[in-house]
Amino acid sequence: MAVEPRDSPSVGVDEWVARSLERREYLPGWRGDVQRALEQVGWWPRLVVATAVGVFIPVVIGLNSFQTQVGIDALLLAILALGLNVSVGWAGLLDLGYVAFYGFGAYGYALLSSNQLNPPGGIHWPAYFSIPLVMIGAAILGLLVGLPSRRLIGDYLAIVTLFFGEAFVEFTNNVAPSKLGGPNGIFALDPLHGAHVQITTPTGYFLVLLGLLVVSMAVLHMLDTSRMGRAWRAVREDPLAASAMTVPVNRVKLMAFAFGAMIAAMAGTIFAAQQTSVFPTDFDTPYLILIYAGLILGGAGSMSGAVLGGLLVSIVLDGFLRSPTQSSYIFYGVILVTLCVKLRPWTRVAFVVGGTIVFGFVMHAIVAAFSSSAVAGTSGAHSWIDLHWAIVPANPVTFGNICFVALLCLVVALVQVPGRWRTMLLIPTLYVAACAWEARLSQVPATTRLLLLGAILIVVMAWRPSGLLGARRVEIV
Amino acid sequence: MTKFTQELVNGLTQGGLYALVALGYSMVYGVLKLLNFAHGDLYMVGAFVGYFVLQWFGGPTALAVPVPIVLLAMFLLAGGGVGALGVAIERFAYRPLRDAPRIAPLITALGVSFLLENTMLLLFGASYRDYNTSAFISFSTGIHIGALNIDIVRIMVIVLSVALMIGLRLLVSRTQLGRQMRAVASDREAAEMLGINVDYTISATFFLGSALAGIAGVMAGLVFNQIYTLMGFIIGLKAFTAAVVGGIGSIPGAMLGGFLIGIAEAFITGYVSSTYTNLIVFGILIAFMILRPSGLLGRVQLQKV
Repeated sequence: MAVEPRDSPSVGVDEWVARSLERREYLPGWRGDVQRALEQVGWWPRLVVATAVGVFIPVVIGLNSFQTQVGIDALLLAILALGLNVSVGWAGLLDLGYVAFYGFGAYGYALLSSNQLNPPGGIHWPAYFSIPLVMIGAAILGLLVGLPSRRLIGDYLAIVTLFFGEAFVEFTNNVAPSKLGGPNGIFALDPLHGAHVQITTPTGYFLVLLGLLVVSMAVLHMLDTSRMGRAWRAVREDPLAASAMTVPVNRVKLMAFAFGAMIAAMAGTIFAAQQTSVFPTDFDTPYLILIYAGLILGGAGSMSGAVLGGLLVSIVLDGFLRSPTQSSYIFYGVILVTLCVKLRPWTRVAFVVGGTIVFGFVMHAIVAAFSSSAVAGTSGAHSWIDLHWAIVPANPVTFGNICFVALLCLVVALVQVPGRWRTMLLIPTLYVAACAWEARLSQVPATTRLLLLGAILIVVMAWRPSGLLGARRVEIV
Repeated sequence: MTKFTQELVNGLTQGGLYALVALGYSMVYGVLKLLNFAHGDLYMVGAFVGYFVLQWFGGPTALAVPVPIVLLAMFLLAGGGVGALGVAIERFAYRPLRDAPRIAPLITALGVSFLLENTMLLLFGASYRDYNTSAFISFSTGIHIGALNIDIVRIMVIVLSVALMIGLRLLVSRTQLGRQMRAVASDREAAEMLGINVDYTISATFFLGSALAGIAGVMAGLVFNQIYTLMGFIIGLKAFTAAVVGGIGSIPGAMLGGFLIGIAEAFITGYVSSTYTNLIVFGILIAFMILRPSGLLGRVQLQKV
């Protein structure tokens, strides 16, 4: 038996993949050392620690009902981003109909746990029976939707799957209203139940979702390190080369769709059970964008990135944006952190922040001298900011809209102008952003949330396409 | 027979709009190989610009100037404004990603689309706005044969969209700019080496494509009256498919695809079921894209390795 050299990849790991994973860039200085030290910790211990933290938060610390609901939504989004990562991140197939699988799972559970079918008694199967059934159904649907990927790649596949997602919403809205409920949805679903156990409390659902997330991560981790995972990455990097290396490209793509669909459907069943109702609009494009924002922000291709991104996007957008005070902390905090990270040296940060503060007081004084009603309004979040610094008129809507349009123009201008002028232009931009936020954006959280989603996608793609935790791969030419 | 002709006219009207939007998609896809999801939203912005120009001239019931001038102003301002917006979007969002992997600009385009929709939602609210076309253009003018009515607005939409397409076709095939656009579309690097200003050409392409979408938006407002902030998403989807059906990158193809989808939709609504129109159209389009991705007039592209 031949003795292998120490640094060669372990048996069964394809050498090219192993090398491409090695070929990451570490951060410079001490941050790189921390990164290397963290990488010494194995994957399974990390999962155990993360799970323990997840259980610790609701059980030991305790959460109020709003916080628990935010946690449930965040876990759902994390599971969905994890499933989307299989087709988008690993296999490189842009699936824009993904949210339909989530809807399929929710509607599947709804039909099997309500009075909708088989009247008068309806169907009320236990969860340990209905959820696996729905997941198998979703896997088959995933295979069917994945079939076009045999012939279509890139944009064409994206648009066909987007049609599929739209068709799902049209289908649930229009077909068989007596069974699917049409736009009114399906009500009065059973909570999760089976084997004399019934889960009705939000904390229960939180723990169920946490368990499912951990199990999915474990299963996907095993898949990732298996032959199938390597095949997915090979197909993503170069389908032609992969097929030359005898990877069954078409079958591998279909499996990616099927696994993604199964995970989405699983999340859908829990969503339906927890909400005890389903509506077609729950599964429309905005939610798809939310899932994508989570995955992209976290880093497509990285499992922990997908989970982290999903949690982060959901908690920030659903949890903090609801209340003007908290959302203001997030707003100003994100701006400050971004300034500190992106601007060098620190004197420039100080110049910009100080300049913005002074600029604000001057502008406020000038406007107040001309008209007192122009500064009379307040957003209710930090009355001190509104009364002395940011301009908020008594009737803030029109002013806020103008500020927002001006902000968009300034941001576009900011990208175009060179160095020194950019720093100068940053001051009015920040001030206008603050005015738009106080006068308008913090007042309409629902729209602001969607605006931020769009902005996240654009900014992350321009600034750091690999996301927060995605591996920065060196392009191999 | 009357019903058939009537549905045909409806289909041609809708098809003209699809075709105009599809042209922009096709041109942008030609030069950048980018599926610009925001294109449908530019159409929506165009409809809003037209609406506000109409209000600025005194509103549909009390116009201060003759109707043709108002219409001209609506089309010009919507076309110019949306064209400029398209150029700005390209500069800001897509240019930094020109050499990025294919998936990056696609996701940026989704983000831009979402940003545009929700900016309009923030500024103008979710409520429907009404062009109220019948208040200033009499629907009784037009062609009337027996029970068949083709009003002047529909005639205008069909004629204008065909005229714009012919103009675009001439521009692309005869002028210097058109030649540059074709050169950039076929090989950007080679075009750059030959001294073509690629950035300028791409900006010009975005301007033309977006302007067409804006004009289509005004037309949609005139024909269907109601405009709202989410009107662009589905039409963007269908227009891209129209471009694919005709063969992406081909101008006559986009026209053909747009008219075919419009007519098919009108006939399905008229003869089969109005509830399931979208579902059936989606099904046909998915089947078409799978069976013949190169389109009716497109060439099968060999993938270079």
